[in-house]
Amino acid sequence: MSEQIAIYAYVLAAVLFVFALKAMASPKTARRGNLIGAVGMLIAIGVTLLAQRPEMIRDIVHGNWIPTGLTVPAITSTGWVFVIIGIVAGSLIGAFLALTVKMTGMPQMVAMFNGFGGLASGLVVFAVVFRRSAADMATEAGQTLAVTVGVSTLIGWVTFTGSVIAFAKLQGVVFSGKPVTFPLQKIANFLVLLACVGAIVVWGFAPEMRWIIIPLALLASAFGVMFVIPIGGADMPVVISLLNSYSGLAACATGFVLNNPGLIIAGSLVGASGIVLTRLMCHAMNRSLANVLFAAVGSKVADIDTERQKSVKRYTGQDGAMILANADSVIFVPGYGLAVAQAQHILKELADLLESRGTTVKYGIHPVAGRMPGHMNVLLAEADVPYEQLCDLETINPEFENTDAVVTIGANDVINPAARSDRDSPIYGMPILDVDKARTVMIIKRSLSPGFAGIDNDLFYNAKTLMLFGDGKAMLTDLVAAMKEA
Amino acid sequence: MVLPLVLAITILVLAMLLGLEIITKVPTQLHTPLMSGSNAISGITIIGALLAAGAGGWLGGSFGVLAVTAAMVNVVGGYLVTDRMLRMFKTKR
Repeated sequence: MSEQIAIYAYVLAAVLFVFALKAMASPKTARRGNLIGAVGMLIAIGVTLLAQRPEMIRDIVHGNWIPTGLTVPAITSTGWVFVIIGIVAGSLIGAFLALTVKMTGMPQMVAMFNGFGGLASGLVVFAVVFRRSAADMATEAGQTLAVTVGVSTLIGWVTFTGSVIAFAKLQGVVFSGKPVTFPLQKIANFLVLLACVGAIVVWGFAPEMRWIIIPLALLASAFGVMFVIPIGGADMPVVISLLNSYSGLAACATGFVLNNPGLIIAGSLVGASGIVLTRLMCHAMNRSLANVLFAAVGSKVADIDTERQKSVKRYTGQDGAMILANADSVIFVPGYGLAVAQAQHILKELADLLESRGTTVKYGIHPVAGRMPGHMNVLLAEADVPYEQLCDLETINPEFENTDAVVTIGANDVINPAARSDRDSPIYGMPILDVDKARTVMIIKRSLSPGFAGIDNDLFYNAKTLMLFGDGKAMLTDLVAAMKEA
Repeated sequence: MVLPLVLAITILVLAMLLGLEIITKVPTQLHTPLMSGSNAISGITIIGALLAAGAGGWLGGSFGVLAVTAAMVNVVGGYLVTDRMLRMFKTKR
């Protein structure tokens, strides 16, 4: 009986995960939803630990329950020590990381958690394989096991090493976020992936060769590194979404290994979530996934007319404050520069000042602003910006033409009108924020250097544009000071 | 209770479709918490990790204890950081 209770409990956990994700449809219900998901996880863990009754073990040993799964999942006395060590150590590390991370470091953190998920799946299947003898594997059930374990190993280890590289790039530890390319890179990547698939196929035909899992894990780890290094900083939202999807698919594949519907459902939900986000991010850049993964965009910079750059007039915080003081409506457009400068709090202070004078304030947020989906929203929420003021691209674009002033902070490609008009531009067709339609545009930026796409921006030279050169935080501080005097 | 492969794949496909349907309704504002929250769900692999660690034995158990640790970091960290973020989303006072 107890194995049936366990299965139903896993299904219940999966149902709670569905409700958790459904609650994410609104900021009002999202927090409760997250709690519901956590309860689901607690049920799954509790049942796993409690359901290890003797009759269940007997069933499993006799092959009545899990034909391809773990042979002896009874918790032994040394097993309890392992379980408790793992739970305590993992909880402490996880809680420490989650409670100390800064909101600006969130993309790295999510990348790292993704990696741990993939690593866990990758390790579980190792334990499954080495718990079985070669003779155990040389059966029909062993063949299915070899293939499912092979797939799980591939996805799990790719997720792990891919996430580690993504983390290192986002943290600026290696490559300073730039794409790393070498000759014949695509062919090399393809060959490694082909070798992984080949290893799984061979293993499926000869399941007694348990050692295949080791070269397979190594190849998959190499592929994880190789597929992330050619991807540049601003394409990171796509990579993180993709790795998020992989971490779900890894859990799903482990569900096939353990023959557990709870893992299959939960893993598929996460896999689907990552796929949706990946598609949204690609769409927001008007690029295909293949282009993001293989084109190594960001490694080239186009020729930029330096004579023209010299003609740009520099404005000060004083000039900007004068415009803002007379504006009835202001839209702020934050970009990655806001996160780098950690300028979200001072931005909110400026917004409060404007609102106290009766100015309408909103925020226009491009889907790929920042280094992960929704990055800017989290930063602004941290600074207590009410979420009603955070508008997405479709909502905010019709409002620019009736807006007195737009202030962009550290954004570039996502406001470049070339995306609408210049057919030869590499960003042509990308949905942009139509800030050039506002009456005045203020651009806070460190220099005229091009954005990620490596192209110049006509908007910088427009007569209604005020270029405010400087660090986002410093310039916003100037604006606030000048506003207080005005 | 044997779960035939065909049935397992059916579950996979239906759950995927359900996932696509639900996730499409999540507003862009909440995409970061969605990621970290769904990431915590992918920590469900903890079930396999617990079984692996619990079965004891030095080789399997060592892989198991590492797997439990990694999955627990994923689960605990994922839920806590998501809650931290969602707590910040406030309506206009």
